Amino acid sequence: MRHLLSIADLDVDVIEQVMTLTDSFVEVGERRIPKVPTLRGRTVVSLFYEESTRTRLSFETAAKRLSADVMTFSVGSSSVKKGESLRDTVQTIEAMGVDAIVVRHGSAGVPRQVANWVEAGGVRVINAGDGAHEHPTQALLDCYTLRERLGSLRGMRIAIVGDVKHSRVARSNIAAFTVLGAHVTLVAPPTLLPESLVGWPVEVSHDLDAELPKVDAVYLLRMQQERQTEALVPSLREYTACYGLTARRAELMADGAVILHPGPMNRGVEIAAEVAECPSSVITRQVANGVAVRMAVLFLLLAAEGGDVADE
Amino acid sequence: MAERERRITPPYGGVFVPRTRVMDADAVTRAVTRIAHEVIERNAGLAEVVVVGLQTGGVRLAHRLVEAFERIDGSQVPFGTLDVALYRDDIGLRPVMPEAVTAIPGDLNQKVVVLVDDVLFTGRTIRAALDALTAYGRPRAVQLAVMVDRGHRELPIRPDYVGKNLPTRRDEAVDVTDDGVELGDMVRERR
Repeated sequence: MRHLLSIADLDVDVIEQVMTLTDSFVEVGERRIPKVPTLRGRTVVSLFYEESTRTRLSFETAAKRLSADVMTFSVGSSSVKKGESLRDTVQTIEAMGVDAIVVRHGSAGVPRQVANWVEAGGVRVINAGDGAHEHPTQALLDCYTLRERLGSLRGMRIAIVGDVKHSRVARSNIAAFTVLGAHVTLVAPPTLLPESLVGWPVEVSHDLDAELPKVDAVYLLRMQQERQTEALVPSLREYTACYGLTARRAELMADGAVILHPGPMNRGVEIAAEVAECPSSVITRQVANGVAVRMAVLFLLLAAEGGDVADE
Repeated sequence: MAERERRITPPYGGVFVPRTRVMDADAVTRAVTRIAHEVIERNAGLAEVVVVGLQTGGVRLAHRLVEAFERIDGSQVPFGTLDVALYRDDIGLRPVMPEAVTAIPGDLNQKVVVLVDDVLFTGRTIRAALDALTAYGRPRAVQLAVMVDRGHRELPIRPDYVGKNLPTRRDEAVDVTDDGVELGDMVRERR
């Protein structure tokens, strides 16, 4: 694997490899000293053109636990304010001799473009979320968390609920869940679904109450109010009434079924505050596993392959 | 033969072809029993001993050593496994991949850790293992038990307990199983 740009690029073997490797990094995280020297002398840059708490911290923690040096690029305090183009910024970072760039950008396709620019220099690029396109490490950590609770995703039924239209998490997760053999149902009002679902390996429902008893996992998406430029739901209260996971709805779920949310949560909108804390919720597990999954990805991109010994 | 060994020994990804059987199954069993007695003698018992097998070749031997302790002394010695891939000094030079999840039983502070591996060669795996152990505490002592010491050390590391000293050429390969120890060569797989 050269870059991690999209789940669509990965086959089932690579995803399984990440999952297996993550087991090792979860163990590293449980040690007295949760740090290994694996990426000593390597430099990882986080290049975030969009705000983020957990993804950026998670990547930086992952890189530091692997002993890599971490540079943080935040747009607010950089030459981007003076009008520097993305290409010039990337070239500047590349010229400093970094090994990997973790990119988040509001526009779909930016990580792939960055990967093309740095291809010759051997820098690895990881997509940390691009527009409404993909967020591959989120999908990988969700798959890992589900595996932890459900054993395997094969044959599992997963409902993805909410603002699918603006969600890169949904796109990556549909691809990942499907590759691993799960059945995905999207549950949302028509206004929050993409205009066309042709080619999507999903079923669609508009009735959350009817779906909840049937699923092994329910994945709640954040209402992305910052991306919703038009009135897609009459009001947040009405959205919650129809599609929010309230305490009453959570009781409709089968025993052992789990609740996921990529964060940040709008408590009281897509998920009730008490539901987020209930035993079926694996939301904090997702965050904890996120560090281990990102360590696995950084390891695969920066360390797993060797130099002179060819894997012929 | 560990998968890693197979991949990184010329001709890279070949198969092990045995030439000479150096120890048979009984000899391996006797060596494990003798090493168990030596560990007990040297540490005046097993009170603080923790056995740690190195992935992948050392795990089976470590397990047998624990069984031998139970037979001889009646005590249940804590047993762990350690994968040193993340600590290797050839990361970036050769393919590296953890092969199993490390499992260390509890805190190693003040314990006597007996590291177990099948073959001691350059000593680099042991160097990595010593580094890895520091993440689990500060053992009072670390001792090394190997079934075969084949020479060619590249670091100042020596074993405390040895099943057999076996002079080898660098390009030979050694395979340790329950059935015995074989000396042979890595050969490119013919189709």
